[in-house]
Amino acid sequence: MKRKTWFLAMLCMAVCFSAGSVFAGAYDAFQGKEGTIKISGGTAHIPVMQALAKEIMTRHPGIRITVAGGGSGVGIKQVGEGLVDIGNSGRKPTDEEIAAYNLKVHQWALDGVAVVVHPQNPVKSLSLQQVQAIFAGTATNWKDVGGPDKVIHVFTRDEASGTREVFWKKALKKGPVTATADVVPSNGAMKTAVATDPAAIGYMSVGHIDASVAPVTLDGVKPSVETVRNGTYAVSRGLYSNTKGEPSPLVKAFLDTLYSPEGRAIIERQGFIPVP
Amino acid sequence: MKRRVDGLRSEKAVRMALATAVVTAAALTGAIFLYMLVLAFPLFAHGHVFRVLIQDWAPLQGRYGIRPMIGASLALSFGALALAIPVSLGCAAFVSIWGRPKPALFVRRFVQTMTGIPTVVYGFVGAFLVVPVVRDVFQAGSGRCLFSAILVLSLMISPTMVLFFIDAMESVPKAYVLAASALGAGPAEKFLWVILPCARAGLITGVLLAFGRAFGDTLISLMLAGNAAVFPSSLFHSVRTLTAHIALVIAADFQSLEFASIFACGVVLYAVNAAIALVAWNLRSRLLENRP
Repeated sequence: MKRKTWFLAMLCMAVCFSAGSVFAGAYDAFQGKEGTIKISGGTAHIPVMQALAKEIMTRHPGIRITVAGGGSGVGIKQVGEGLVDIGNSGRKPTDEEIAAYNLKVHQWALDGVAVVVHPQNPVKSLSLQQVQAIFAGTATNWKDVGGPDKVIHVFTRDEASGTREVFWKKALKKGPVTATADVVPSNGAMKTAVATDPAAIGYMSVGHIDASVAPVTLDGVKPSVETVRNGTYAVSRGLYSNTKGEPSPLVKAFLDTLYSPEGRAIIERQGFIPVP
Repeated sequence: MKRRVDGLRSEKAVRMALATAVVTAAALTGAIFLYMLVLAFPLFAHGHVFRVLIQDWAPLQGRYGIRPMIGASLALSFGALALAIPVSLGCAAFVSIWGRPKPALFVRRFVQTMTGIPTVVYGFVGAFLVVPVVRDVFQAGSGRCLFSAILVLSLMISPTMVLFFIDAMESVPKAYVLAASALGAGPAEKFLWVILPCARAGLITGVLLAFGRAFGDTLISLMLAGNAAVFPSSLFHSVRTLTAHIALVIAADFQSLEFASIFACGVVLYAVNAAIALVAWNLRSRLLENRP
């Protein structure tokens, strides 16, 4: 009896797997291809990259895809030096970088950078001036911005972060960031830091926001997929995957999948807006 | 006869192979130092050599000094040592002198297991246990500070130090201890006046090695110390060590002076660790010479 159930379970699994490969339209491009794709860079990109890599690798076991972080700067540098096949960046590579490394830039999503606080923090709305004052270190207590009497713990990102660059340009208007702010090295680390500290304020990719942190409404606009899509939330940026020159057939198939209906569904599921 | 010649020949080959390995290892170490100096050169050329070491870190204002990081690394290492040395001494004394056999064996095995725990585990546990407690108890900042890092780092460097201390204490000849007992010395007197002085070479080596580990550790300071590039002025301020600075800036633009600054950090780390190794070596050989 037991053996029979087991057999049935195996049969079901076999049917599921084969059905998967039969109906996988966008993943047919990988048919008969083998090899490794190495990806590194922007930490905002990681959930999409991993979800897509999983879909491809379960269907085509001959393909190995590795996804690493490091930050936008690392992505551009590593792909430029040929260490990885795809270097992700949460900012458009500069003209100098494109020229120096002969980069080909592929944008596949739009993402917002939101100010986040702990969910228990009653402050859920700030003006741009207040955010600038908090990050500059001139407003140091939550009661200065309508919250409880608690010292504000400011969290910022490392020097190579594309998220930091976009936030600094578009929200802080290139204003100063206090030297005493704590520095965390990734979007994930920012989420952990803010989620575990009731007095924290930080900023991160909109796609990475979940129930453990609360996004802050900025000048009356709540950062969300909709407001980023229709352009009312101004602190937004593209998500880019860069290759050195023309990509190899395998890498090109991977990038094409990002623009297919299946890829766009994954991008949307992770909280980003697929483009074009 | 022939076999003996063969034996000599193979011995010669082994000697050659070992010598090559030694020379290669030494040359590599030297090459790394030179390489770092060359890559840090833009920074040294940009300003005065000493300005890099004594200035603060303000890239937007064009200041790339690593003084805050040097201060943080030193404060963190010495702080961790100050906490870990008494604990380790007590622990080693328990295992090798005072403890009953069974608990002593248990502690020894426990400490041996602790040496095998990877740093990232300490960092992870620290981020979720130590940081919130420090934040709530001391009400000073985000809890990511020098103090949190010192607590966890001292826990990390203790096991190695304890093992060194145990070895040192057990190598003290039993006859000395018995002689002290015969003269009427109590346990505390024996420990302070016989065992500690006789074991000092091993004790100092253990402390120096632990200092090297603390000074070179990256993950604990990166995860717990907060990483703000300001000179440490309080136990509860966020600080950035030399190693964390390298980890945070490694991704910056290759041509930038920010990037060059990590090689200056590398040079300082290298110099300090080399100095420690030399001092340890020197002390040890001098103490061994003086041994009765």
